Amino acid sequence: MLLTQTAATGESLNPVGNLASSEFLIFRLGKEEYGIEILKVQEIRGYDAITRIANAPEFIKGVINLRGVIVPIVDMRIKFNLGEAFYDQFTVVIILNLSGRVIGIVVDGVSDVINLDIEHLRPAPEFGGVIDTEYIIGLGTMEERMLILVDIEKLMSTSEMGLLEQTGK
Amino acid sequence: MSTDLEQFYEIFFEEAGELLAEMETRLLRLDILSPDPEDLNAIFRVAHSIKGGAGTFGFTDMAGLTHVLESLLDRLRRNELELRAEMVDAFLYARDVLKHQLDGHKGNGSADPAEVEAVNRKLKELEMDTGSSHAAPEFLPESMEPAPMAESDSVLGAAMPIDVAEPPLALDEPVSVPENAVTYRIEFDCVNLARPVMEKLLADLSRQGQLKNLTKPGNESVCILQLSTQISEEDVWESLAFLVDPISLSIEVAEKIAGDPPLIAVVPEPVIERELKHPPAIDQTVVTIKAQEEKEETRTPVPSNSTSPVNSEARLPAKAAVSTSQSKRSADQSSSSNSESSSIRVSVEKVDQMINLVGELVITQAMLAQTASQIDPVIFEKLLNGLNQLERNTRDLQEAVMSIRMMPISFVFSRFPRVVRDVASRLGKQVDLKTVGEGTELDKGLIEKITDPLTHLIRNSLDHGIETPEKRKELGKPARGTITLRASHQGGSIIIEVVDDGGGLNREKILAKAQSRGLPVNENMTDQEVWMLIFEAGFSTADVVTDVSGRGVGMDVVKRNIEGLGGRVEIDSVTGQGTRISIRLPLTLAILDGLSVAVGDQIFIIPLTYITESLKPVAGAIRTVRGQGRVVQVRGEYLPVIALHEIFSLEPVVQDIHEGILVILDAEGSKAAMFVDTLVGQHQVVIKSLESNYRRVAGVSGATIMGDGSVALILDAVGLVNVTKQRMINAA
Repeated sequence: MLLTQTAATGESLNPVGNLASSEFLIFRLGKEEYGIEILKVQEIRGYDAITRIANAPEFIKGVINLRGVIVPIVDMRIKFNLGEAFYDQFTVVIILNLSGRVIGIVVDGVSDVINLDIEHLRPAPEFGGVIDTEYIIGLGTMEERMLILVDIEKLMSTSEMGLLEQTGK
Repeated sequence: MSTDLEQFYEIFFEEAGELLAEMETRLLRLDILSPDPEDLNAIFRVAHSIKGGAGTFGFTDMAGLTHVLESLLDRLRRNELELRAEMVDAFLYARDVLKHQLDGHKGNGSADPAEVEAVNRKLKELEMDTGSSHAAPEFLPESMEPAPMAESDSVLGAAMPIDVAEPPLALDEPVSVPENAVTYRIEFDCVNLARPVMEKLLADLSRQGQLKNLTKPGNESVCILQLSTQISEEDVWESLAFLVDPISLSIEVAEKIAGDPPLIAVVPEPVIERELKHPPAIDQTVVTIKAQEEKEETRTPVPSNSTSPVNSEARLPAKAAVSTSQSKRSADQSSSSNSESSSIRVSVEKVDQMINLVGELVITQAMLAQTASQIDPVIFEKLLNGLNQLERNTRDLQEAVMSIRMMPISFVFSRFPRVVRDVASRLGKQVDLKTVGEGTELDKGLIEKITDPLTHLIRNSLDHGIETPEKRKELGKPARGTITLRASHQGGSIIIEVVDDGGGLNREKILAKAQSRGLPVNENMTDQEVWMLIFEAGFSTADVVTDVSGRGVGMDVVKRNIEGLGGRVEIDSVTGQGTRISIRLPLTLAILDGLSVAVGDQIFIIPLTYITESLKPVAGAIRTVRGQGRVVQVRGEYLPVIALHEIFSLEPVVQDIHEGILVILDAEGSKAAMFVDTLVGQHQVVIKSLESNYRRVAGVSGATIMGDGSVALILDAVGLVNVTKQRMINAA
């Protein structure tokens, strides 16, 4: 991944409306660490008993029964082409609740919940990363690690995710 | 606007709506020559109640109209006036205008001021007409102080300057306490009562007679009043019903008080202030289930020996700890006014949540049963017995809970007498409406959705089916036509029929119209198939388009609506004799009887209503059609084959069709054969929405959760059959 200097761009952060909280759940996807607002996370569980949906794209693994609610599961590793996606007892699924829609995403692992000060976020450079910068709120640092903070609601609502009715949403 | 006031509004809207409906039913039932005094009384009380409530909330338009209505009705019920047919028409008209006014306050639509003016005039005319000099006084809107838009903290809390209640105006009968006055002891919960409401209440009551406030100083959450008045107990009830929480209201007859109790004209300041400053905790644990207002004659005053505040109407005092927070329910009223119906108003969300929870319980129990089937029955005998018991209990619980949402179909049927009356008179026809099986119950969600299609079918019958009286006499039929609405249960469905004894459907006309519209028809179609043509969009054989029907917009919408509910429509007709339209609906929307089938490693559910049979195909019976698809010969017909593994891109276990099973589907007349690996079993499944979190998948109408917790997709039989049929047609 190439990091180009951001000083010249002078872009401001890509904020998410009024950020409900500055607490983020950090998870691993491929080699990077990403963060999403903790309030959008409903629960974290393992991966089991999934029912495939016919003719769905490959990254939509299917649906599961979450205590009586049918929830679709998206494998982010497949969607963003991040190498081998295998499923074992350590596979993690983050269940998100995005304005009432419940969706699950499969990630490589979950680490912390941390508090990040909005002012300390830096804007994301156009480095042609895995996730389009349109969906990135900003970059944060914690200790030596760089965290890519994602607007998960915006990301999951795009048509390429194919999770919503294709009526030009 | 505070939530408290909104909640009051909601109650008023709901109750007013119900009262207006009752008023209409009774008006339609009135026998002009000898009206039932009970009906007149009840209609009067409806107007009186709505007037009271409307006044409280400042709906002066409604209050004004109901005042005029009420005075005319009052005279009628006292036999000072004679009932005439045009009065009933005027009352119905007034009722309609009131409904519009009510809608206006709710925020949808509004009443036409010209209509309001007209109906007011008509009612006054009718009252003057019969010559009595007792003219109804002009209603003075300002005398009814509307509840000010108070902020929420004025209900309980900060002290407000106390308004002096207006002096009793000569609105109705002059206030006096003649010898035959009865003294009532009135008790109700007044913690949540807003100050202006309380004031109005006391002012109203003091106008009716002599009012004494007996509220105990230490217990201001419960207001106790004593009223000596000439008006009946029911009227006292009506005055209060909108303003206080009816659950806590009780009225008893106290001893006839001799002497002169002090008249109350002003709200006693210390009582209210204290109550406002120190709202005590509500600890009412004894709540009697209130009987509905409709039943009048069963309210006999309880002899004053009973001192406990038992509501004199309650025949079934169940001691349930019901929280006094607002709860409303689609009321479980019986349509006959003379029977007792005690009920609690519960919000629909609570009922739905309960149904969901019971659904979860059923799934968990099924899972346990499945796991338990594999353990040693001897060692774990007690456990297995317990699980059996659990299954029985769960099933009973499920039935009971599902029945909560069931309401008698009379709710739907009750609006049709009016429709028939109006449309028939507009078309110059004479029609009687008969209803059979009004007690048949169906799910509340269905009730709301079936009303429109049924209305359309009835209007159609009136317009196209039943002939004019002259024509009928010519044909030797009685001049009055009959439309019969019949509802019954059959298996797991409810059947609703609309039968008329009119002219029936005209086969030739329909065929001709179909041909002219380019539909694929031929002379050899069976009668059944010809009748189904009228469901095509835009179809109409009407010569003249009336505003009732004839545009050809209705029948296809009817069919689509009914199918959207998982139902079917069928037509039977005999030319010259009449038509019968049958609607078959599943008993409930949320549960489905399905056949589970396996294709590859996945289980799918096919709704049982679409399955006619299943069979193992004979080797030679499968043919291919131009390489596009396959057909199979079943009993002489060629049916297209739906290959699920192709549609869903699955690896089937069984490759050859004649190794698997064919399930014959019949979706609205189109048949097809679905190829599956094996049949697994028959289940009753709870339908879960796939679309709420995901999106619509072609060929799938929903999902369900199987006994082992896994998800199974419910197939959209109609969609699949149509897609396959289309492919066949394109190939041919």
